[in-house]
Amino acid sequence: MDNTDRKLLNLLQQDFPVTARPFDAVGELIGTGGGEVIERLQSLRERGYIRRLGASLNPRKLGYTSTLAAAKVPPEHLDATIEYINSFPHITHNYERDDEFNIWFTVIAKSESEIELILEDILENTGATEVINLPATSFYKIKVGFRLEEDK
Amino acid sequence: MKLTHEEITLLRLLQEDLPLCDEPFEELGRRAGMSGDEVISKIREWKESGVVRRVGLFIRHRKAGFEANGMAVWDVAEEKLDETGARLAEKENISHCYARPRSERWPFRLYTMIHGKTRDEVLAEARAIAESEQIENYRVLFSTRELKKSDTKLFMEDEA
Repeated sequence: MDNTDRKLLNLLQQDFPVTARPFDAVGELIGTGGGEVIERLQSLRERGYIRRLGASLNPRKLGYTSTLAAAKVPPEHLDATIEYINSFPHITHNYERDDEFNIWFTVIAKSESEIELILEDILENTGATEVINLPATSFYKIKVGFRLEEDK
Repeated sequence: MKLTHEEITLLRLLQEDLPLCDEPFEELGRRAGMSGDEVISKIREWKESGVVRRVGLFIRHRKAGFEANGMAVWDVAEEKLDETGARLAEKENISHCYARPRSERWPFRLYTMIHGKTRDEVLAEARAIAESEQIENYRVLFSTRELKKSDTKLFMEDEA
């Protein structure tokens, strides 16, 4: 990764121009042509630096509701429980963490009652001994990106 | 919010990868049954109304050198919650800062994702926060395995 790549990653994490020829516009900002921007993005993607170029939507503005849930799962039930939890399309992220509550996942659904049903289903049909529902009550910050250090 | 069939298709496409071509929005329009100009004005309208939080790049931050991230959970008194949340939100190395309900089983009220190059750097930052904010009860939960990470997919069920 060279300095132009880092500039490109920093810039595009902030904002991608929504214009007819966005890569040309980005190229002007970093001093190259649009074609080179596309080539660099393809290469960064192939090398695994880029997860996605696209939009993030606000589920709440589109009639969805979401939550973070935590489960306590004994080690002997871990694999089967993970498989069960991951099988729900409503569950988009799932992490194992080093705590007594060792499984943490996000649920997106059309209503709070649908979320409750999913959590009850998991408690009933897996080895989880406890599941807690932790819907956000305030948002103070949502990630804008990760700044990579550029050469001066 | 009432959406047309074309708008739902466009929202689906926006959750995928934007095509790397000279006129990507024109291409999305072809797939959604709109003109490129309509796509552009739709997205701008959705950004304005908050439906679209951001159009941009999502990087694999571990690969880019941000190896360690810890979810710090803080037992903050109710009357200090908003001011503490607002202060922590200012920090460059904190990407998410939310309040979530407290319960008997789980006394923590404020949640922050702290990022750093190493686990020790994340822990040191948490200690510094605990000291400056005078929070006695907190934990930093590191992820030991990523079990699922899919880009959020809204409108995948057929509802148009």
